[in-house]
Amino acid sequence: MIEFILGKYNYWICIALMMVGFYGMIAKENLIKKIIGMNIFQTAVFLFYISMSKVHGGTAPIEWHHAVVYDNPLPHVLILTAIVVGVSTTAVALALVIQIYQKYGTIEENRILELNRIEEEKNLEMNG
Amino acid sequence: MIAHFPILVIVVVLLAAPIVPLVGRKNWVFGWYVATGATLLSFLMSLSLLNTVLTDGRISYWLGNWEPPFGIEYVYDPLNAFVLVLVSFLAFMVAVYARKSLEAELQPDRLTPFYSMYMLFVAGLMGMVATGDLFNVYVFLEITSLAGYCLIAVGQKREALMASFTYLILGTIAATFVLLGIGYLYMATGTLNMADLAQRLPDLYQSKVVLTAFAFFTVGLSIKIALFPLHNWLPNAYTYAPSVTSTIMAATATKVGAYALIRVMFTVFQPDFEVTVVHVTQVLIFVSSVAILAGSIIAVAQTDIRKMLAYSSIGQIGYITLGIALMNEIAMTGSVVHILNHALMKGSLFLVVGAIVYKTGITHINDFIGLGKKMPVTMAAFTIAALSMIGVPLTVGFVSKWYLAIGSLDAGMWYLIPVILLSSLLTAVYFWRVIDNIYFKKPEKENADEQTPPGISEAPALMLVPTFALAALCVVFGIFASVPVSIAEKAAVMLLR
Repeated sequence: MIEFILGKYNYWICIALMMVGFYGMIAKENLIKKIIGMNIFQTAVFLFYISMSKVHGGTAPIEWHHAVVYDNPLPHVLILTAIVVGVSTTAVALALVIQIYQKYGTIEENRILELNRIEEEKNLEMNG
Repeated sequence: MIAHFPILVIVVVLLAAPIVPLVGRKNWVFGWYVATGATLLSFLMSLSLLNTVLTDGRISYWLGNWEPPFGIEYVYDPLNAFVLVLVSFLAFMVAVYARKSLEAELQPDRLTPFYSMYMLFVAGLMGMVATGDLFNVYVFLEITSLAGYCLIAVGQKREALMASFTYLILGTIAATFVLLGIGYLYMATGTLNMADLAQRLPDLYQSKVVLTAFAFFTVGLSIKIALFPLHNWLPNAYTYAPSVTSTIMAATATKVGAYALIRVMFTVFQPDFEVTVVHVTQVLIFVSSVAILAGSIIAVAQTDIRKMLAYSSIGQIGYITLGIALMNEIAMTGSVVHILNHALMKGSLFLVVGAIVYKTGITHINDFIGLGKKMPVTMAAFTIAALSMIGVPLTVGFVSKWYLAIGSLDAGMWYLIPVILLSSLLTAVYFWRVIDNIYFKKPEKENADEQTPPGISEAPALMLVPTFALAALCVVFGIFASVPVSIAEKAAVMLLR
């Protein structure tokens, strides 16, 4: 049992990070905290890819005369793409939050939803 | 040249994305010309691809001439050539429509960037359809999602920003789940090519890694197609986005998601995986039935036309997943045909709403009184598409519902027929409210002028032609149903073989 936990500690870290991020994305009211949660969530997946590419005793996948075994470089390449995607998502999300703050004056989700509700009721009254 | 159509069909649109801001720097109209031209070119190329696929069979294109599974492979078969034609056709139609509609709905300095984002959005969708590489699906999924967030956020009201943010959070969860699923499959098999995965996976069906991967794929893609309990992002996104965005998203984005689900369930995993290993089909049939009914019921309660159409879309997605889950050729044919049919119907309906917004700015159903006289052609298009949504014979809606009903009988699930009938009835209820207001209700005397100003007339021809073309296609493919159905049948046979 102990071996099962310790032997795969890298995956346990991934799962823990993922849950932390997931919780942040869903439970936090503050939009910036949601974005932080999103980043942790994505990073957990990056780590998952990186740690699965590790080969026991392997070196970096660069041609080198001492190297016998290489780590698998393909997941590294894949995750490079995913990191770029993550950065762009964060950029778009932050741009949205700036706009939201300018238009609503707050970045607390429950407050924004309340403002939306008030406006909707006002519209309904106008339409009779 | 023709040999490279499989990649050019996407590259043309993708290249247009940076060209639009370059030529549209001074005047956005040039950007519009590039966007429309690129989508038209891409539509013609995808037609030629569909023709080649139907006569000569499957096309496999090696990117950079690297042999798969080492290089990325683009694969065209009856299913995705069909979806590709649909996506590029609607992208072209909506691009034509966008010129007038966006001019009225957006600030002038946002027009050029909008067309650029629109190109990225379409290129992402087409890439998702064309590729035969699983990681490529993820990359294109993120391209189209990121462009989609921007297209929603430029809506006039501030609610659009929050709608976009909600979609961003849920969309990222969905895409990350798909990424995790890909990681698990790669871990188990060591390959990312779909055809290669299909060969290696059957030996590993009992592996927990593969099962987890399948779970991540299904949940992730279900968020993307807004399957009922995961539909939270969709209504606000469609309601507050510019009309052009709602149309292209309702007509193509969720359809491409459904296509990706079909691909993962029936090409990457084989049909017997769903039957013998995980009993996902029963779950999916139940969820789809709930989606069909819940979408229709909530739609009945809406007073804003765009919200009504959005909830109706959630119901219609249920039809597509129902056909997928029934796992027989007739239902699968219905499902694939419904991808086309719903795109035509919902596209046409959202374009009509855009025309109403362009002319009057109203979206409240109660304010529609008297529009039938003011905008007869637009409202005729609305009526045709609405009848098609209900499933009246001689329209496309009837064709797909017919195939789904026969398919459920074939699977021995007669109790799905009442679900389809009840949902048609509810669809009739919520569209009748609109049609009643358009044609039959008399405006009240005292505020008649205030509600529909006398100056209202038809929308400009650039908006009218795409709207009516889509509505007309609802009837054309309803009468000559054998054209799309024969392609869909080929796709269904190929998937369930």
